[in-house]
Amino acid sequence: MKSLQELQAIRDKMKANISTTRDNSDAKVRVVVGMATCGIAAGARPVLNAFNEEIAKRGVEGVMVGQTGCIGICQYEPVAEVFEGDTKTTYVKLDAEKVERIVVEHLIGKTPVTEFTIGAIQK
Amino acid sequence: MQELSLNILDIAQNSIVANATLIEIGVEVDEKDFLTITIRDNGKGMDEESVKNVINPFFTSRTTRKVGLGVPFFKQAAEDTGGSFHIESQVGVGTTIKAVFDTTNIDYTPLGEVWDTVAILIQMNETIDFVYTVRKDGEEFVCDTRQLREIMEGMPLSDLNVVQWIKEFIRENQTEILKRSY
Repeated sequence: MKSLQELQAIRDKMKANISTTRDNSDAKVRVVVGMATCGIAAGARPVLNAFNEEIAKRGVEGVMVGQTGCIGICQYEPVAEVFEGDTKTTYVKLDAEKVERIVVEHLIGKTPVTEFTIGAIQK
Repeated sequence: MQELSLNILDIAQNSIVANATLIEIGVEVDEKDFLTITIRDNGKGMDEESVKNVINPFFTSRTTRKVGLGVPFFKQAAEDTGGSFHIESQVGVGTTIKAVFDTTNIDYTPLGEVWDTVAILIQMNETIDFVYTVRKDGEEFVCDTRQLREIMEGMPLSDLNVVQWIKEFIRENQTEILKRSY
């Protein structure tokens, strides 16, 4: 059974590695996942989880993950938007596997995964 | 919604938008296998008119669209089982939502992975405290971020290792108390 002592151990480990603790307060890239009723019903929770996990697992720097409400395209949920400077990429109908590719190819590789964007699906 | 834990996540978003600093989520099972979900916040609350309206799917405080389905979905999920739904709110004090489900009813939606919901709420809202309580047969499990923050001594709860620990902490203890999944 998990106990609070284990949390203390995790804390101590974090303190020892404090220099590697990611500070995203000046993040250049922002990923927001739609977490309104429409998004949640369509599967936004595992999508948001996947972004958090993939970004941490792969040690991606300078990316902040956030959440937003309904952006008005409920039929395309789960939706995530990636903001970089003046550019916005809207990804639609996401799942955890698609998120992995977005993290690898877009957030790390700097090439948007065109086939998952709203532009591709509306054609 | 596929699981009630998703309804909980959805309803808690309302508390976040209402600027709550403390959100309490409770799951309690009684001897007749009726399950009560309570979500209480100390957010800005609603006036009487809004409280009446909030169960109407064609009411929302938002201006970008005309429907608000979160609360009606949750209410319907409870009432479909022959259970009940209650909402109470006071401006400046907060809002409490209580839904009772007959888990033996064919139309009961499984509770699902509440630990995922609570963990993601904690992870995404470092400035809000969450208290998650599970009760059954006189036993109780409480996960209170105020206590977790004390242990963390300023280190963030949003760290992935911490979040994963929180998930397991809740899952294991909840399973121990409820003894089966609901």
